[in-house]
Amino acid sequence: MSIKVIKPGLSTTVQDLGRPGYYHLGIPISGGMDRMALRAANLLVGNNEGDAVLEAVFMGPELKFIVDSVVGVTGGEMVPKIDGVAKKTWTSFEVKAGQTLGFEYLKHGARTYIGISGGVDVPIVLGSRSTYSLGALGGLKGRPLIENDKIPIGLARKNVKIGKVVPEKFRRQIVGDLIKLRMLPGLYWHRINDHSKKTFLADSWGVAPEADRIGYRFQGGNKLEFVDRKQPFGAGSDPSNIVDGCYPYGSIQVPGGTEPIVLHRDAVSGGGYFMLGTVISADMDIIAQLQPHTVVRFESVDMNLALKARAEQNSLVSGLFSIFS
Amino acid sequence: MKTRYAHGGDEHIFVEIDEEMSLEAFFKSLTLANSLREKNIAGVTEICPANASFQVIFNPDKISPDAMLKELKDLEKSLEETKSIIDTRIIEVPVFYRDPWTEETLMRYRDRHQDPKSTDIEYSAKINGYNTVEDFIEAHSSSLWMVTMVGFVAGLPFVYQLVDRERQIEVPKYIRPRTDTPKLTVGYGGCFGCIYSVKGAGGYQMFGVTPMPIYDPKQEISYLKDFLVFFRPGDLIKFNSIDRSEYDEMLKETDNGQFEPRIRSFSFSLENFNKDMDGYNNILKEALYVN
Repeated sequence: MSIKVIKPGLSTTVQDLGRPGYYHLGIPISGGMDRMALRAANLLVGNNEGDAVLEAVFMGPELKFIVDSVVGVTGGEMVPKIDGVAKKTWTSFEVKAGQTLGFEYLKHGARTYIGISGGVDVPIVLGSRSTYSLGALGGLKGRPLIENDKIPIGLARKNVKIGKVVPEKFRRQIVGDLIKLRMLPGLYWHRINDHSKKTFLADSWGVAPEADRIGYRFQGGNKLEFVDRKQPFGAGSDPSNIVDGCYPYGSIQVPGGTEPIVLHRDAVSGGGYFMLGTVISADMDIIAQLQPHTVVRFESVDMNLALKARAEQNSLVSGLFSIFS
Repeated sequence: MKTRYAHGGDEHIFVEIDEEMSLEAFFKSLTLANSLREKNIAGVTEICPANASFQVIFNPDKISPDAMLKELKDLEKSLEETKSIIDTRIIEVPVFYRDPWTEETLMRYRDRHQDPKSTDIEYSAKINGYNTVEDFIEAHSSSLWMVTMVGFVAGLPFVYQLVDRERQIEVPKYIRPRTDTPKLTVGYGGCFGCIYSVKGAGGYQMFGVTPMPIYDPKQEISYLKDFLVFFRPGDLIKFNSIDRSEYDEMLKETDNGQFEPRIRSFSFSLENFNKDMDGYNNILKEALYVN
């Protein structure tokens, strides 16, 4: 059973909850950038929370279905259409064999998740079906979808219901206004001076065009000033350089002190730029839904707040489960 | 060396063994990372050793960041001494220096380079005090190197030159990184060499290219069938300068599955290396080529 790709969209990839365990070899976790939306897309169509779905960024694909399926569309708001007829997002609906699923333009958010009953059934590589494009690993032939691809689909569970709905409180909407990204200062926070610590947190930072699954670049804030030091042997000559080390997911590096980059699920695993802190785990999904030019501010939190936010996120996930169990 | 612990958000702890690079810092980082792995602590998902630091990724729902930090500090205290002998491999890596593909690429990015009038290797030879590029290639390919980190992208080794610090090659990275680097480029930045396992962005100076694949997501290449990534921290590398015809020949061999890298087992002693670095390089070369 498969689905035929009529149009691939801008960059549509197969993703599940990721591939932990190989970051020490430079292979990142990958997986859906907005995990909450990915889970919701799966639960809507009777799949397990971590089954593989399609993640479409900015523009949806056009897919021709070969068998009757149940589909759920979550995340960034792109209205799905079956043979031109609009359907609701965050609600499961049926696509019959021979019908084509397309999308309207993106209204808000950045990444849309397309859950299909039975799940996308590409081979499991190192424990996951997620696509890691840079390493040509996983997904469909290690790359985003292209025209005429055939996406294999697994066997759907019986009695998958249509018309199921994800309640409002589980739908994250990134609309208008200033977005806050909470971060825990640390790592090499001490490398910038007190003035720059203040400006970094006070400034508004716009999402730069270079924003992808590897990382999100931000621009528009003040250039950071470094504390003087003799550069350690092996670090390189720029004050923003360190001896190449590991990069945490969500870590904020600022090459040359100018444009912060927050690493995401296809992160480079290490390198020679200082990091001034890390976006907390509870806010990683938010980044997935930021469009270029969206303005954010970084908010400094301590570990207690980070853990509290994580607990809230966890209880939201359990809440979602209880609705669909 | 003073160990510094830092939280990377709620899921990571970064352990910096030293601000500066040294084999001592690398051995300590590797020893701690390996002992941590042996402890099998519930909730730990990734242990990533790096050049002079390492990182632990954990699930804070299973082990709190405070408890994780305590585990790490206790581990460091319990470590009587750093393991200074590692059982590893010596691997010959053929390099076609000044190849046409990296030269074509570097010419496209001269506006991002410190010295737009030279090639990367000419510039690196000059600032490291070599009269000719040939002398520089001789220095690069005659000493041994140790893999002190695998990462950045899938399977990319960072390598550290096994000579005394005064003779170590040091070069700055590009002023602004390139958006393109040919696959299997042999590069250099700071005090580290590297081999770009995949095509992509990069900021290291480019010296040449190897015909020997080091990452194979399809796992079709004979020596990558068991695992898709070739290098591991602690591996020893000897670069070997080859010309175009040798390069083409090896490429043909890798394509039809006949290429087998020269690999020998070796027990590396940091203490013996420090006592006589040049002598130890000769022992390593003998182990690689004589047997």
